[in-house]
Amino acid sequence: MGEMQELSTFWFVTIGAVKVVAVFTVVMGVVAYMTLAERRVSAFIQDRLGPNRVGPFGLLQPIADGLKNVIKEETMPGTAAKFHFVLGPALAIMPAVVTIAVIPFAAPLPTPVGTVDMVVADVPIGILYILALSSLAVYGIVLSGWASNNKYAFLGGLRASAQMISYEVALGLSVIAVLLLVGNVTLTETVWKQQQLGMWFVFPLSLAFIFFLISALAETNRLPFDMPEAESELITGYHTEYSAMKFSMFFIAEYAHVVTASALLATLFFGGWDIPFWTGDDMFRHESGWIRGFDEAGVPIPATPSVLITLLTLGAFCAKTGFFLLLYIWIRWTLPRFRYDQVMHLGWKVLLPGALGYIMLVAGTMLVLDQLEVPFGMLYGGALTAVSGITTLAFLFFVDRDRVIAGAHRRRGAARGRGPPAPRAGGPAASS
Amino acid sequence: MAISVKVMRRPEPGRTSYMRATLKGMSLTFKHMVRPTKVTLEYPEEQPDLHARWRGTHRMEVHADGRPKCVACGLCPTVCPANCIRLVGGEDDQGNRYPIVYEIDEFRCIFCGMCQEVCPVEAIHVGRHFENAEYTRDRFVYDLDRLMEQDHPVTLLWDPSDPRSE
Repeated sequence: MGEMQELSTFWFVTIGAVKVVAVFTVVMGVVAYMTLAERRVSAFIQDRLGPNRVGPFGLLQPIADGLKNVIKEETMPGTAAKFHFVLGPALAIMPAVVTIAVIPFAAPLPTPVGTVDMVVADVPIGILYILALSSLAVYGIVLSGWASNNKYAFLGGLRASAQMISYEVALGLSVIAVLLLVGNVTLTETVWKQQQLGMWFVFPLSLAFIFFLISALAETNRLPFDMPEAESELITGYHTEYSAMKFSMFFIAEYAHVVTASALLATLFFGGWDIPFWTGDDMFRHESGWIRGFDEAGVPIPATPSVLITLLTLGAFCAKTGFFLLLYIWIRWTLPRFRYDQVMHLGWKVLLPGALGYIMLVAGTMLVLDQLEVPFGMLYGGALTAVSGITTLAFLFFVDRDRVIAGAHRRRGAARGRGPPAPRAGGPAASS
Repeated sequence: MAISVKVMRRPEPGRTSYMRATLKGMSLTFKHMVRPTKVTLEYPEEQPDLHARWRGTHRMEVHADGRPKCVACGLCPTVCPANCIRLVGGEDDQGNRYPIVYEIDEFRCIFCGMCQEVCPVEAIHVGRHFENAEYTRDRFVYDLDRLMEQDHPVTLLWDPSDPRSE
């Protein structure tokens, strides 16, 4: 068994501080370049070039933007509640940047003073910490919407509270399926269990992944769920009255949420830092050493942490997170905004019962598999994949073809009784 | 040309697939994202092609000896719909008329090009030019010397036999 050298308290604190600074810096850097990536990718989607003037390929644009935001005038509406107005952005940005702390981003790194977990804080409550803190973000938005004393900002804040509370439920319930399979709430164990299962959770828990993806889009207030901002309806919603750096803080908060959500999606459903089709990187803290897995007799197979594995797994994690960041941008510039009642409908009448039913299904399947004493591995995952795949197809069939989210025409038809909608004057149906 | 109205067909209930529509949209945006041809004109490096009849700021044509071609006939200030041309004519001892003062307020100008059309001696022209930024407002009143200094290409007048100037 690969013996593990425990970190002394001094090194634990020192390395912990280094990890905090490093991760915070990287996240802020990613956030800054997300703003650039958003503008460049949206430009490419619209056959434009996007900002490419500041530095090579526009790479210094975030610095120019930051500088501009720092030196711009801070406006304060005369009728605003001043204390809460200032408090709002601070409350919005705080949860956004601290949630990333529990996400493991690479395999453990061996150092001369001991093996270092590549996670800022491997807290035992893992996912619960993320759920608790990410739901705090809504306070910043609601508070700033209310404190602005502006009807649009207020409406934005109201919408944010309704939407985020609704989707928090679906988000939590879709995570429960993962927790059932992992048997723990720490994210390090989530990664480890995916390595043990031999497949990423996106396959055995495909429907949970879809629920989580939709809820995460809604939680981060990104299109197609950007109800609180809704430029065409509410100016810019809750941050209408904010300018300069206070506005920028909302911006940073939004992107930090996106980064966290992407990292979380990668960790929960795409194996975290796991490199696919290679068991050499599997590593987990077991009793007093690092193990790769258990052999037939249940004896742990030791694993040796190495710098190379750490770097490779870091690369895998970054690639997966980067894919979801791109997906976020891509979705934003493809789909139009939902109507407000459609958002509520989707959240409460589709995702909530769907996620509840899915938990029952996963739990039932796992109970059957455990009763049959199927070992936790490929067969176990395969059976779950089959069940989930059928359920996912059924769900998509059910949601598709406006059975659930109907367009305006459907409601008009329904209001006048069953059957096709009444022909509109001048419409093509009128002539037939 | 007859006015055409595009009638948007509402999807019939049960006949639209939102999943397929979403995926179709995603693939469309992806295709555009990776498409190498972009419509952006990278302006300071790339200059736009100005049309032959583009009407920009004015230019006064000059004789070989450096005198303006203008004979101060007064037609351009008369025809100017924006009343932006100020002309004070004079006469030298041979009886040749010439402009003593010739000013065009480019802020008032609506760039209709009628001054160029009406000029009997092809002296005043509107030009194929658009980079006119200045630091102060009074720099936008172009006097005679300034108009004579301009060296940008001039606008082609409309020719009925070649209506598209091709």
